Amino acid sequence: MSLKIENLTANIGDREILKGLSLEIPKGQVHAIMGKNGSGKSTLAKILAGHPDYEVKGGTATMDGLDLFAMEEPDERSRAGLFVAFQYPMEIPGVTIANFIRAALQARLPEGEELDAVEYYEHLYRQMDALKIDRKFTSRAVNEGFSGGEKKRCEVLQMAMLNPVYAVLDETDSGLDIDALKIVSDGVNAMRSTERGFLVITHYQRLLDYIVPDVVHVMVDGRIVLSGDKTLAHKLEAEGYDWVEKQQPALA
Amino acid sequence: MDTKPDINIDRSIGDFHYDVDYEFDAGTGLTEKTIDYICDVKQDPDWIRDFRKEALRKFNSMPMPTHWASPDLENIVFDNIRYYLSQGTQPKRSWDDVPEDVKRTFERLGIPEQERKFLAGVEAQFDSEAAYSNIKAAVGEQGVIFVGSTEGLQKHPEIFKKWFGKVIPTGDNKFSALNSAVFSGGSFIYIPPGVKVKHPLQAYFRINAENFGQFERTLIIADEGSEVMYMEGCTAPKFETSTLHSAVVELVALKGAKIQYITVQNWSSNVFNLVTKRGLAHEEAEIKWIDCNIGSRLTMKYPGVIMKGRKARGEVISIALAGDGQHQDTGAKMVHAADETTSNIVSKSISIGNGRATYRGLVQVGRHLKGCKNNTECDALLINTESRTDTYPAITVRGKENACQHEASVSKISAEQIFYMQQRGISEGAAMSLAVNGFVNDLVQQFPMEYSVELKRLIDLEMEGSVG
Ligand SMILES: Nc1ncnc2c1ncn2[C@@H]1O[C@H](COP(=O)(O)OP(=O)(O)OP(=O)(O)O)[C@@H](O)[C@H]1O
Ligand SMILES: [Mg+2]
Repeated sequence: MSLKIENLTANIGDREILKGLSLEIPKGQVHAIMGKNGSGKSTLAKILAGHPDYEVKGGTATMDGLDLFAMEEPDERSRAGLFVAFQYPMEIPGVTIANFIRAALQARLPEGEELDAVEYYEHLYRQMDALKIDRKFTSRAVNEGFSGGEKKRCEVLQMAMLNPVYAVLDETDSGLDIDALKIVSDGVNAMRSTERGFLVITHYQRLLDYIVPDVVHVMVDGRIVLSGDKTLAHKLEAEGYDWVEKQQPALA
Repeated sequence: MDTKPDINIDRSIGDFHYDVDYEFDAGTGLTEKTIDYICDVKQDPDWIRDFRKEALRKFNSMPMPTHWASPDLENIVFDNIRYYLSQGTQPKRSWDDVPEDVKRTFERLGIPEQERKFLAGVEAQFDSEAAYSNIKAAVGEQGVIFVGSTEGLQKHPEIFKKWFGKVIPTGDNKFSALNSAVFSGGSFIYIPPGVKVKHPLQAYFRINAENFGQFERTLIIADEGSEVMYMEGCTAPKFETSTLHSAVVELVALKGAKIQYITVQNWSSNVFNLVTKRGLAHEEAEIKWIDCNIGSRLTMKYPGVIMKGRKARGEVISIALAGDGQHQDTGAKMVHAADETTSNIVSKSISIGNGRATYRGLVQVGRHLKGCKNNTECDALLINTESRTDTYPAITVRGKENACQHEASVSKISAEQIFYMQQRGISEGAAMSLAVNGFVNDLVQQFPMEYSVELKRLIDLEMEGSVG
């Protein structure tokens, strides 16, 4: 059981961004991806989610054996258990957080079944309290006018509410203050389980002190070129990416 | 699991029609003969015959308003339209007496059921005439009159003649002239002084025939200190050719009276919907238009209030939803003609795909007046980039002791935002509904419950239908 990506190539327009990427996250594990700006990390997250602007040219992605790319609509993939916390979460004017998450949960119920409103709010408040998000946020429009850190916390709140099987967190640590980083990491750690896998995209080793990964991957130019344990993140933090690229003369 | 409802079945609940034998048919095209035919069938008094013929002359002499309005108006072929179709001019008081072929249409639309549940009275118009009209006995006993316009004219000429055509002159615009020439159906309502009608009166306008024009004429008079809420719903099946709906609605609120007029229309996308609506508010009277325009090919509608007496109040709350290939050209007209009159306009429009929403507002305050206030709020939501929206507010305030406030906003829902919502498991159609419902939510809350539920359902259907 895993989230498995094999030899994935993908374009935006005529430009190839992912160039044969392979990666497997077994259920129960946390993997981290680090890599330079523009190497294709967010592209990977969006392609998994089914973003309409990207075109998959080759390769496969499966979630516990389920073909992700056979599910055309992003909402199908979500309901199948995939969650992406975005690097730049969208603002949705007019739609409150409470209504938004409620609609997302409602969409997971069989036709004709209604979400119990009281239970829903209890659940929502519990998760908000854990993430130290003020309850007043329930009536604010999704991400509208949120600070950078508030947006990221709201992404984690949605993840906690939707209870995915595999979650991709794209730079969820960026924009968080020191306390928030701890709170959000605690939130993620609380969700770690043998029944769930995480892919954590980050630029900073610091996050990985809180959310300790099983494997760290390095992405260069649309490919995973190196994988190792958590000490790899320390080495990258100390030495940068030059040495990785030098080890990969074929890519130069 | 796929949460998308089967949109092919439920795309538009009104999209069906039955073959009906019409007893009266004025044929296609519009001449004096057409008018004589209508007058003969309806047994109109002479003054109405003259009124109609004078209106026809005005209609023929007035140009299409394409210098400011949509050139699409040129596509209406008046010679191809049928101006009068009915199975008789006398509406039934019991559904049992309504001819079977007409009754099943209204049953399918749920009208008799709604009547039982929460309405004080119902009128159901099928093409040119009301097929059914009835009020609850208790309401009738209070002296409330709620009948079709034909019956109003015949049985209550003293009230009818006093106000008919007084709020909207025949030549107000080309389409009010057209309506004045061939009007048939619509409601005539009179509320006696001090009577407050608790439950809404409902009219339902159904177009069944192809190449047809529906020209109902509604006149509501609320006498001193009375209150009434009137609602109208409209549907038509989708035909190959275009259909014309051109109503005139006149409201008169006498001293201290309150009228609320609610429209929820869901026209199919081949209907030209060109409607003139205006109310006259006397001293301390209040007229409120709540107008929801969903569907149609082109809607032009600018409900207005003339505040004629001191402290009169006018309000227009409107929601317009322009789907692919539709143009909602709507707005409001507020004429302050006395001191301390106040008006409020809240307009929300949604444009999807190639849909286009236009807002036109007119606020006039006379120079000699004091203490008048207008508030105008105009918000547009654009769903995807092809949509367009235009705002043409015209505010003429003379005199220093009056205040006008105008706010406008445009929000956009892009493909990127829809994608974000879809990533959370919400289908594309549901994501659009969520955005639209969020946008109009504060207005929908002003509706009676049954109607807000209905409106939400219509929006959901429209959004599901607009998903490519
Ligand atoms: N819509 C787009 N149009 C054109 N180029 C794009 C588009 N989206 C991404 N790219 C390009 O694809 C490349 C990979 O972008 P991506 O966002 O995946 O990088 P990243 O690894 O997430 O970078 P960062 O660390 O800065 O977040 C970049 O060069 C970017 O400019
Ligand atoms: Mg990125």
